Amino acid sequence: MTGSATGLPAKDILMRLERREHRPLLLVVLSPILAVVAALALAGLLIAAAGAPVLEAYGRILTGAFGTRLAATETLTRATPLMLTGLAAAVAFRARLWNIGAEGQFYLGAIMVAALGSTALSGLPGPVLIPLLFTAGAIAGMALMLVPLWLRLRFSVDEVVTSLLLNFVAVLFVSMMIDGPLKDPLAFGWPQSMPVADHALLPKLIERSRLHIGLAVAIVAALLVYLLQSRTVFGLQSRAAGLNPEGAVFAGVPLARTLVKVACLSGGLAGLAGAIEVMGVKGYVTTDLSPGYGYAGIIVAMLANLNPLGVIAAAFFTATMFVGADGMSRALGIPTYIADVTVALSLLTMLIAIFFTQYRIRR
Amino acid sequence: MSTFFDIVASAGLWAAVLRIATPLIFGTLGALLSERSGVLNLGIEGIMTFGAMAGWLAVFNGADLWTGMLVAALSGALFGLVHAAMTVTLGLSQHVTGLGITLFASSLSYYIFRLTVPLASTPPTVTPFQPISVPGLSDLPFVGPALFTQTLPTYLSIVIALLLAYVVYRTPLGLALRMSGENPHAAEAQGVDPVRVRYGAIMAGSALMAMGGAFLTLSAFNSFFPTMVQGRGWICIALVVFASWRPGRALFGALLFAFFDAFQLRLQTVLGNVPYQIFLMMPYILSIAALAVMARRARVPQALMQPYRRGER
Repeated sequence: MTGSATGLPAKDILMRLERREHRPLLLVVLSPILAVVAALALAGLLIAAAGAPVLEAYGRILTGAFGTRLAATETLTRATPLMLTGLAAAVAFRARLWNIGAEGQFYLGAIMVAALGSTALSGLPGPVLIPLLFTAGAIAGMALMLVPLWLRLRFSVDEVVTSLLLNFVAVLFVSMMIDGPLKDPLAFGWPQSMPVADHALLPKLIERSRLHIGLAVAIVAALLVYLLQSRTVFGLQSRAAGLNPEGAVFAGVPLARTLVKVACLSGGLAGLAGAIEVMGVKGYVTTDLSPGYGYAGIIVAMLANLNPLGVIAAAFFTATMFVGADGMSRALGIPTYIADVTVALSLLTMLIAIFFTQYRIRR
Repeated sequence: MSTFFDIVASAGLWAAVLRIATPLIFGTLGALLSERSGVLNLGIEGIMTFGAMAGWLAVFNGADLWTGMLVAALSGALFGLVHAAMTVTLGLSQHVTGLGITLFASSLSYYIFRLTVPLASTPPTVTPFQPISVPGLSDLPFVGPALFTQTLPTYLSIVIALLLAYVVYRTPLGLALRMSGENPHAAEAQGVDPVRVRYGAIMAGSALMAMGGAFLTLSAFNSFFPTMVQGRGWICIALVVFASWRPGRALFGALLFAFFDAFQLRLQTVLGNVPYQIFLMMPYILSIAALAVMARRARVPQALMQPYRRGER
């Protein structure tokens, strides 16, 4: 606890961290790859500890994710919501708005679509109905994200905890709805919502698969967010809000207004993810619609180094792990949770990798 | 109105308050210790999950209950070490690192659990801590069954809260802790090594969090299942703010929170026509409300979330 008798720092500094003057481009590009390799190596130790052949396990993850046409389309289907929740986290984190509530926003978007798409708006023709439901889902997500933002601006409450706590509230709300007013009477007592009308279901991208046009929507969303961030005043302002809030205010950036826009964009993307998952894959809502897409979105965003285009690749990697682990698990008896472990590890290794693009070690 | 009084006047309610409060007391004290040194530990939710799993697994494999608690505490400290290495030594974002630790620790606990305990229709169980009766006190009318029929870890959590209050405000160690969280540069000038203090506080705090998790599987219930922590970790983070970073108030806050929770559980049986989800939402909404009320009044450690680098401002 206390220093040495001389009053000098007790230990000599063996190594020193020094901020780099330039971030080497090669290192920035390589960092996610190094992070993923390191995460895979660490997860390999866990596979080995379970007594399974590590390389074979990884081989089976790859064939499980891409081995057949069906597997490949399944991986892309799974990547779709991850791209959108990844974008939701990326746009918020860039402005230092810690939206950890994408899971709840996803569910509110989903239940909104089930409510409107099953009865209220189901009389509209598909080409009108589908964009309308996208918008409704996005608005539901936005509304939920505005709560933590309002609490931050009005009461200085850290939005991390409030957006996290709202995830539980949102899932319980969905549970209440599918137990009550939105319950499907034909579901033999299973708690699930009424299905959306058939013409509200998204067209398939590939016949005889689950892959739907939501993938295209997600990729277009990534491109739009990229353009928004790199080519508009809003992009500049949201970045300034993240880098140095006081400085941004001094430079004339309307901080609160910028944060409201960021929150709407972020919550809207997460809500859209929920809407698309209902309209593209299931057709109705249950409380296990999302296997943690909201939380995985945080990992996707970090692996992408908050770059919207990088999100596409990071979502693809994450989906590969999740879909591939299913097949590997059946063949080798390794719990599928290994995918969650690997992906979570890659978040931690990525943080360290980003650090070393900014600092170097000096002896 | 009379039903409300009936609920409050039942000894069962007060016994439940202490039982519900215990994991929150452990978790809140753990988070508080870490934040007092200047580091937010959002790994809490995952660390509690891992503690619940590790403690249970040890006992399931033949260890006695206190060894189970110890295993949980040590595993928690280990995750604390990872968090400290990343946030103190490397100075990485405390928010993102903590969330990463939560995602990693919870998925790792599910992985280990699934690997070592095969899937069964009924989850395997252990014999949990039994309520102990305090000679004399337990026989008191009302107060006896209400307060003195708890398991030992519950009493331990209260003792730790009082001990921590003493250490934080009355010992040189507590002073070093507070200085590291308020002004690490000044602490360094006084011969305190903030880096070491932060490592110690994060690891000890994480051990407490994991013990709170282990209470769930070794005392409140007798088996482990995924997602059993149910956001208790996040509630603890909110309670630290509510307590204004003071251990005594953290104890009070956890008890108050548990009172509301126990009360609404009993209210559910009275108000049968209200959807049960409304009641389940209450703890989370209550936490958010507590944050909104207290956030501006609470005295935040001034160096919270600021990485410390020697000789760098």
